[in-house]
Amino acid sequence: MKKTLTSMAVAATMVAAPVMADLVYPSLSYRTGPYAAGGIPFADGYADYFTLLNERDGGIGGVMTRVLECETGYNTQKGVECYESTKGEGSLVYQPLSTGITYQLIPKATADGIPLHTMGYGRTSAANGTVFSHVFNYPANYWDAASVAVNHLLGEYESLEGKTIALLYHNSAYGKEPIRTLEELSAKHGFELTTIAVDHPGQEQKSQWLQIRRERPDYVVMWGWGVMNQVAVQEAANIRFPMENFIGNWWAGSENDVIPAGMAADGYKSLAMHSVGDDFPIYEDLKTHVFDKGLAAGAGDQHGTVLYNRGLYAAMLAAEATRKAQEIHGVADITPAMMRDGMEALEITEARMAELGMPDFGPAFSVSCEDHGGSGAAKIQQWDADTQTWTVISDWIAPDAEVINALVTADSEAFAAENNIETRCN
Amino acid sequence: MFYREAGDFKTSYVADSQTFPIAFDRMRYYLVLAVAVGIIPFVINDYWASAVMVPFLIWAIAAIGLNILTGYCGQVSLGTGGFMAVGAYACYKLMTAFPDLNIAICVLLGGVITAAVGVLFGLPSLRIKGFYLAVATLAAQFFLVWLFNKVPWFYNYSASGQINAPERTMFGYAITGPNADAAPKYLFCLAFLFVLAWLARNLTRGTIGRSWMAIRDMDIAAEIIGVNPLKAKLTAFAVSSFFVGVAGALFFSVYLGAVEVGEAFGINQSFLVLFMIIIGGLGSIFGSLAGAAFIVLLPVLLKNVMVGSLGWDTAIAAHFEFVVLGGLIIFFLIVEPHGLARLWQLAKEKLRLWPFPH
Repeated sequence: MKKTLTSMAVAATMVAAPVMADLVYPSLSYRTGPYAAGGIPFADGYADYFTLLNERDGGIGGVMTRVLECETGYNTQKGVECYESTKGEGSLVYQPLSTGITYQLIPKATADGIPLHTMGYGRTSAANGTVFSHVFNYPANYWDAASVAVNHLLGEYESLEGKTIALLYHNSAYGKEPIRTLEELSAKHGFELTTIAVDHPGQEQKSQWLQIRRERPDYVVMWGWGVMNQVAVQEAANIRFPMENFIGNWWAGSENDVIPAGMAADGYKSLAMHSVGDDFPIYEDLKTHVFDKGLAAGAGDQHGTVLYNRGLYAAMLAAEATRKAQEIHGVADITPAMMRDGMEALEITEARMAELGMPDFGPAFSVSCEDHGGSGAAKIQQWDADTQTWTVISDWIAPDAEVINALVTADSEAFAAENNIETRCN
Repeated sequence: MFYREAGDFKTSYVADSQTFPIAFDRMRYYLVLAVAVGIIPFVINDYWASAVMVPFLIWAIAAIGLNILTGYCGQVSLGTGGFMAVGAYACYKLMTAFPDLNIAICVLLGGVITAAVGVLFGLPSLRIKGFYLAVATLAAQFFLVWLFNKVPWFYNYSASGQINAPERTMFGYAITGPNADAAPKYLFCLAFLFVLAWLARNLTRGTIGRSWMAIRDMDIAAEIIGVNPLKAKLTAFAVSSFFVGVAGALFFSVYLGAVEVGEAFGINQSFLVLFMIIIGGLGSIFGSLAGAAFIVLLPVLLKNVMVGSLGWDTAIAAHFEFVVLGGLIIFFLIVEPHGLARLWQLAKEKLRLWPFPH
């Protein structure tokens, strides 16, 4: 209760003094609804990183940061309302954490000149910066994820010829994204692909797993989010599907997804776009400047979880882009347009991540005018039910750039033709 | 005092049967219209359009549509979300297949196509009624959403299954797409609501409306006095679906711009519209508007008060919003089970007697 009161007081002072020069980062969070288990840790991590910057460094480049939280409940209509209500406050970059809301915001934000960072989700072909001027999805996107999953299997086997892979997906824009890539890859590598849809929110999967049990695919790849993941892991355990052959994408690989199944989830794999755990120097700073001062966002119990780390990572990338923008334009109090330039010139190196207290946390990559997609590399993590920890079991696996780039170009050019968008970067 | 009938003489049948027989009501109606057309378009900004006015106008159209079916004709329907999806997808297919077609025509044709689908799903109403019909329309809801998710032709084979509204203009102003300004979007929806509400009001007090109400009150008695139940029920389904389809088309093209069928037109939306007409008042055009305002505007207002002014934690505010909204719904239904429209009517009756009650 005390924590709630302090956070309320903090929020109240923020509202009371909105005219200060500051850097505004809206957080379209969802702490309620069917996807809250994933939304809470991400929003906490995102907020805590900016609190850390304020407390430790006095903001970015001497300007304080402010996180504007707005509850969407993963609902697109509320997401639109949140966007409209916060865009006037000088919001620098939107990270909706929802593919549905992202699709809503891509045209709106582009028209308003506010950048959109959809890290590992959203519209995949937005990686083509020549068409999508204000949308960024570095360090990796869904098609990269699908390709990384296949490349991981290619590393384990000589060839995928004659193997069967089942894609278990959330029946929405989000879940449908990898299908096209997997179809291409199945043609290239000769495996057989079955797609199995699960309807929102995903609690009911009996018939899907019956089908998997009957068809006995060699692998199941899962594109799930929220309650769907834990149900799938439990169902897989129920039909004794070998967990080592069950691999989720990076939105299907947090503690929430595997803990409910208990020991049965042991060995479940998922992709990871960043490292896991709290064994990083930044956590010492967070402890000194944020947690111990009672400034942690939310209930303050998510530290070190996969999605909390993702929130930190997203905030770190936003802060680094802000620094870049300040450097390019020579002003500390930047505008959304300058932020966009900063994101387009962003370069994340191993050395920089180590400086930030996050060594080897994410892939090194650089963004350019043409390429808003980053390196696309991801790791594989595996769940150990005994110690209740995720362990990274691979190095960075690069996606099949040849296949992905062709798809991205085709899809984004179709979008450009449909919407009369002139390509840029010439 | 000022709200009275005394001295307000009617000298013709037309004057006697007008929608607002009391002069004060009439003036108030004109005043509301004047504000809606003459003032709001000049002061509206993106936030007010996207978060408040446009959704209110669109939901009001949907509520009038469902009210025609459920409130006037007594046919319970839980398929509103599915029919809205038909309107939206029909509008999308027309917009993309005929890029030169005016957006208003696309929306209207979306309504017409939905009317046809509505009649199809209304056929069982000739045999079953009440809860049984509710279940049949529920099947329509699930079937339609499944269909639009399953068949790629409906979303033009896009990779994600989403549909996006391309930019369409009217009189040189963008109505859909990201470059549309607040005022044209608002006026476009307002025009639809105005015309459709007018249409609904006049339909419900004419021959068709009387036959609907006869069927609602007692279908066997209605049949005995010569009302054709086939005609009455199917016209109710057609007109209602037309309204709902127009609302769905506007919801997709003007309001959201990009739609994913499962989320935007799920069962929740059917319930939402049903709540609107129950809270607003069954069998009343004003009730549909009041119900839509209550359901759409109150959460936004509550959110702005709790998060914006009081600075509450967003999660607490979101949960508290459910509590307040639920509590208010229960309160209203206890105080006046016939909805806000009846409450308004009672207030008017009291005012007519004021300051000398019986």
